[in-house]
Amino acid sequence: MSSQMELYQQVILEHNKRPRNFGKLEGGNRAAEGFNPLCGDHLRVYLEVTADGIIQQIAFEGSGCAICKASASMMTVALKGAKVEVAQAMFGEFQRLLKGELNPESAPNQLGKLKIFSGIWQYPARVKCAALAWHALSGALSNQPTVSTE
Amino acid sequence: MSPPLDIQAVRRDFPVLDQMARGKPLIYMDSAATTLKPTSVVEAVTEHYRMGAANVHRGVHFLSEEATRKFDASREKVRAFLNAKEAAEVIFTSGTTGAINLVAHSFGSRLKPGDEIIISEMEHHSNIVPWQLLCERQGTILRVAPINDAGELLLPELEQLINARTRLVSIVAVSNALGTINPIEQIIAMAHSRDIPVLLDCAQAVAHKALDVQVLGVDFLAFSAHKLFGPTGVGVLYGRRALLDTMPPFLSGGDMIRSVSFAKTTYADLPAKFEAGTPHIAGVIGLGAAIDYVNALGLERIATAEAELLHYGTSCLRQIKGLQQVGTAAQKTSILGFTLDDIHPHDIGTLLDQEGIAIRAGHHCTQPLMQRFGLPATARASLAFYNTKAEIDALVVAIEKTQRLFA
Repeated sequence: MSSQMELYQQVILEHNKRPRNFGKLEGGNRAAEGFNPLCGDHLRVYLEVTADGIIQQIAFEGSGCAICKASASMMTVALKGAKVEVAQAMFGEFQRLLKGELNPESAPNQLGKLKIFSGIWQYPARVKCAALAWHALSGALSNQPTVSTE
Repeated sequence: MSPPLDIQAVRRDFPVLDQMARGKPLIYMDSAATTLKPTSVVEAVTEHYRMGAANVHRGVHFLSEEATRKFDASREKVRAFLNAKEAAEVIFTSGTTGAINLVAHSFGSRLKPGDEIIISEMEHHSNIVPWQLLCERQGTILRVAPINDAGELLLPELEQLINARTRLVSIVAVSNALGTINPIEQIIAMAHSRDIPVLLDCAQAVAHKALDVQVLGVDFLAFSAHKLFGPTGVGVLYGRRALLDTMPPFLSGGDMIRSVSFAKTTYADLPAKFEAGTPHIAGVIGLGAAIDYVNALGLERIATAEAELLHYGTSCLRQIKGLQQVGTAAQKTSILGFTLDDIHPHDIGTLLDQEGIAIRAGHHCTQPLMQRFGLPATARASLAFYNTKAEIDALVVAIEKTQRLFA
């Protein structure tokens, strides 16, 4: 594999194949849909947020490419049990990571395993794929039922 | 019968092919999105900006007259290419989309609520949305002719849609997503037997198939220069004079007038009536060079080379387990649409790109068609005469590598 192939690392392929927290969340209290009209990717993110602002449960369903699904799956793993403010801060960090504006090795951040998407800015056409689940999450947190990447 | 194309010699006309992409020799299989440009076209465009650069149809000076001469010569080349009766029936537009919008606005402005327009399920968005907007403006009704699972238009169903309220049949000649060649002669005969005009979207057809508007008897025909080895931003609407003469202007302003006063403005004759504003002069000159290039190669020889590539590519892809071809019409141009089990087309596109292979992945601006097939997207390798069998072999290897990565 060439070095540029880092987009399709084993972790991403594995999350694509066996997405975590995949399916509808029964008993959730927030949800939003995310569309990428250009490529047809479509996700729905479900949350159960407690009164004191903790993401107790998180799940997603929908269809998309490997980047989109793996990003959604890894997002749910990263945010389960997190405070809403932390999730929002991570969304900001993740967006900057996707744009190549945040170097996860030198700048302080809470991204953890999500750093794996750091090479994606070299693939401008694919940035939206990785961002879709996060946009849906943001929509769910701000009670915006549908978000579009366009 | 002329000798077959010397592909290696022809490839030298396209310097763009001689480069590395992602560290691999570039393999360009996205000609349905836009064809590559031969040196002669690039030079014609460059030459205009380098030594010409004047506006047309107004200057009395040397450069303007030169530009006008070349501009008008291009119109004559298009006329001959399409075998139109007169050059005035050739309207320069911004592209196929611009041409269809011209008809939808100008011809469409005369339509009444309840009048009907027929399109097909395999149309590009550019032959759907202008009609939907017309329906919103005028209360017209859009009828959609269905296709079968191979991606072929169902003619009896199309015929059934034709009725006393039908005012236009607007059909793609070759599908950009499937490669299907539609039976345009039969469609035109069917519509004309009821005195209904026909518009052909020839964006994909123009580089692969000879189009003779008089033999076809077609009323409107639209294409883009950039899918005919020419520049982007310029296209053609051919229209029969009898229709164009009765149609009101679409865009208005300079160049399209005979005289302007605040009391009354009168319009210029064809083709100027439909060409408001300074045209894409360099683009039109480049289109003329592209037609010269295609004529020198010969559309028949181009079609023969591409039929061979299509045949080879189709049988190669058929051997790949887990690959489904999308678009298997009996009559096709060299477009290979496909999906792979459990791999999204965008992942296919990115991974083939890693091998230096340019394909298109997505809905190809044919979302209703994708819905018809129950697919979010497809991968599409679209070939032109400058592609080789060795490149198809490389495509197969890259597809199999992608499958192994996702296994």
